[in-house]
Amino acid sequence: MSDLAAALPAAREKPRRSRALRRFLRHRLAILGAIVIAVLVLGTAFGPHLIPYDDLHIDIRHRFQAPFLGPHILGSDQLGRDLLARLLMAGRVSLTVGFSAMALSTVFGTLIGATAGYYGGWLGTVLMRFVDAVLCFPTIFLLLALAAFVQPSVLSITLVVAATAWMEVARVVEGQVRALRDRDFALAAQVLGASDTWIVFRELLPNAIAPIVVAATLNVARAILLESYVSFLGYGIQPPVPSWGNMLENAQEYLSTAPWLAIFPGLAITLAVTSFNFLGDGLRDALDPRLDIA
Amino acid sequence: MSERILEVRDIRRWYTLPRRSFGGRPETLKAVDGVSFAIESGEVLGLVGESGSGKTTIGRTVLRLNPVTSGKIVFRGRDITTLTRAGMRPIRRDMQLIFQDPFASLNPRMTVGRIVAAPLAIHGASSPAESREQVAAALTMVGLLPRHAARYPHEFSGGQRQRIGIARALILHPAFLVADEPVSALDVSIQAQIVNLLLDLKDRLGLTILFIAHDLAVVGQISDRIAVMYLGKLMELAPTETLFANPRHPYTEALFAAAPVPDPARRSRRVLLSGDIPSPLTPPSGCVFRTRCPYAIGACAEQEPAFREVEPGHFKACLREELTLQGPS
Amino acid sequence: MTALLDVHDLRVRFHSDDGVVPAVNGVSFSLEAGETVALVGESGSGKSVTSLAIMRLTPRSGCEVGGKILFRDGVERSDLLALPVEAMRAVRGNRISMIFQEPMTSLNPVKTVGEQIAEAILCHRAISRAAALDRAAELLDLVGIPEPRKRLENYPHHMSGGMRQRAMIAMALSCEPALLIADEPTTALDVTVQAQILELLKRLQERTGMAVVFITHNLGVVAEIADRVMVMYAGRIVEQAEVRDLFARPRMPYTRGLLRSVPNLVPGRGRRRFEAVPGNVPDPMHLPKGCSFHPRCQHFLPGLCDAALPALDVTEDGHLARCVRWREVASVEA
Repeated sequence: MSDLAAALPAAREKPRRSRALRRFLRHRLAILGAIVIAVLVLGTAFGPHLIPYDDLHIDIRHRFQAPFLGPHILGSDQLGRDLLARLLMAGRVSLTVGFSAMALSTVFGTLIGATAGYYGGWLGTVLMRFVDAVLCFPTIFLLLALAAFVQPSVLSITLVVAATAWMEVARVVEGQVRALRDRDFALAAQVLGASDTWIVFRELLPNAIAPIVVAATLNVARAILLESYVSFLGYGIQPPVPSWGNMLENAQEYLSTAPWLAIFPGLAITLAVTSFNFLGDGLRDALDPRLDIA
Repeated sequence: MSERILEVRDIRRWYTLPRRSFGGRPETLKAVDGVSFAIESGEVLGLVGESGSGKTTIGRTVLRLNPVTSGKIVFRGRDITTLTRAGMRPIRRDMQLIFQDPFASLNPRMTVGRIVAAPLAIHGASSPAESREQVAAALTMVGLLPRHAARYPHEFSGGQRQRIGIARALILHPAFLVADEPVSALDVSIQAQIVNLLLDLKDRLGLTILFIAHDLAVVGQISDRIAVMYLGKLMELAPTETLFANPRHPYTEALFAAAPVPDPARRSRRVLLSGDIPSPLTPPSGCVFRTRCPYAIGACAEQEPAFREVEPGHFKACLREELTLQGPS
Repeated sequence: MTALLDVHDLRVRFHSDDGVVPAVNGVSFSLEAGETVALVGESGSGKSVTSLAIMRLTPRSGCEVGGKILFRDGVERSDLLALPVEAMRAVRGNRISMIFQEPMTSLNPVKTVGEQIAEAILCHRAISRAAALDRAAELLDLVGIPEPRKRLENYPHHMSGGMRQRAMIAMALSCEPALLIADEPTTALDVTVQAQILELLKRLQERTGMAVVFITHNLGVVAEIADRVMVMYAGRIVEQAEVRDLFARPRMPYTRGLLRSVPNLVPGRGRRRFEAVPGNVPDPMHLPKGCSFHPRCQHFLPGLCDAALPALDVTEDGHLARCVRWREVASVEA
């Protein structure tokens, strides 16, 4: 009798993960986005070692070289520095800021959101109204205000960008945790005597991974864009450390004479941001729990 | 060793609902309103009622998942009514709950092994190797296989998931188990399997069970004694055979009359209740059942009948002494 | 007189990501006017899908329906599955009606009960709105709702579960259908309310002479209300009989197991274990070879039961069972 009771309904064994993967693979833009991101990450990580030029090497004789017309593949800037090398080094900075800011904002937002969603009551209300209040600030002004008080460096800019991005995550997490908190399996953990920390981190949050991942991915895009704004306006990453944003700032005065100095960083930012956005969209569809019949 | 596992004295669980309109009075929902009973070691006490009866609330309150509005809960000789969360924690090893919905009660993101091992991890009881062994033993005990520990809940049928829930509840060998409608969401043939399993486990592990259900027939199959609830109050409490042979409360009679009998030869209907269950927000005065009771008299509206022992072990809350009522035919 | 409803070899298949799921695998039965037939089964039996197929309410995409459903409306018979959409709409709600398990989700929460019933009437009858509302009040009275005129203005959430189900029944009966399909209408109700609703359905049926297909998993309800019973398992009918005969002489081992799994309110019998049916309902995409029930059957004979799908065998007058060993089963368990 026990064998029969134990016989699993056969075909139900296909794990959700493969279904999610299949759904993801149907999203061509998302795959494209993922590929572009992979290329960018690998390129910025290893690229500078493969190029003959160093990003700091000044070569006045070959200044303003147009792309493809000389030894510098993407051209050179007003100081003769290789644009490709600078682009890749700047990419390191921008992507680092992007990922780190995403990580920080996700962790912080999750903590706030989970606390508010789990405890509810006046604590939840206070926290969420605080989130709402911060959200009311137009991002750019908030960003500039913070950046003005801070010694610009990669770390400080990362913190500043993270400070403007955590609220969305908090909201998403709060909604998820609040909905999940009353489910039977959460109650079961309570009956077992589990602590609040256990319930939130081991039972509830794993079920909220999907929207958090989506929000985090979209946050990377936002972070890269925000870093570019801030650096372009001069309050962010300071030269000589290159970032795509400050390269654009640098290229402003040469827009008519050497447009490639603006085009390539701009293209890089666009590619990175749209790729993360596509990836986020693809993940959102793939991980949509409603499409899973549990 | 006969011990009184649980004693509940005059328990009330009232909810204050938020005000409907600005300046309106907050309403009180009296989910459980003055219930007392005791459960002896090794017993199965069945708790029967329809919606609004408060049976699920009692199950949760007895496990201190809800704050108690008034009254006392004594578990194995200890008063647990006002214990804090930390105070309850060690006691929770000894009292567990199985849920109605086999789909919602298991975390979809955890493997079966982790789900069943969770009580061990929470109470820090075992090393990983011991943990694996205990999980294997628990799964085997409920009729599953140890290798199922690697799988996820969605790969199992409803009945199997319910078995997993039972394994989780029993892995620490609690003395007391509250079963909250454990078979209502299952197919008929699976219901029978699960009831059999619970009876086996009760004998093997010396469990005491509070079995909550709305189906009097299922409750009758598994319980030693049965308590009947209506709108937050106990109507009748008696040993199963006595209740079936000789019910003393009109509501119990009505439940027997209403239960569809799987025998077409016995189709004739007897006394059927009219009307609907009143809202628990506005329970009738006096005896809460009087609005639907075919035997109600004037006095029933004035005075709430006391829950009294009319024969040894047989309690009822009804003013009318002399009624002869029918059990199932 | 030909049967009111004649279902021939009904097949319903769903196309999903994981493959084709055969929900109904060749179901045939007929129904006379005024009769109550119960379709009994557990999850995966295909009973609900069968009723949806009769009403042509199966999903439009990803679902194939095959076979014939002949419905006699007055003198002429038509195949419901072959009717054009407009013609089917004229049948639905008018000649064949359906009531569901959850009245809260089947009633529109933003419209009053009176409006909804009136709408149902106005779909099929060319009368004035006032006349439709009058008829709605009459219907509410017919189904035992007190103060029917007042209730016309109630929204569904103002009513209790039992009342909502009564309102649904009123809506279903508004055009005096020849056939009512009731899909687990009392499962979600309290037992005392369930008893009232069953009484109501019996009374209404006597009064209107309509036929009823009653879908349920509760054998007690079947005993209360059915004239004939059809037991379904894994998308097929495995036993069919007049109700008393089914309970007295179940022939198919699944039916026998099911009857033994039902707790019976008989006092003084002492607590006994159920004789439960072991195992689980099979996965519709991987049905066992031969008889779908054989992995769980205590009378399984290898080589016989798993060789080919058994046909419905006639065991007695009007009693069919899909089991090649029914004679042995009957004598063993006599």
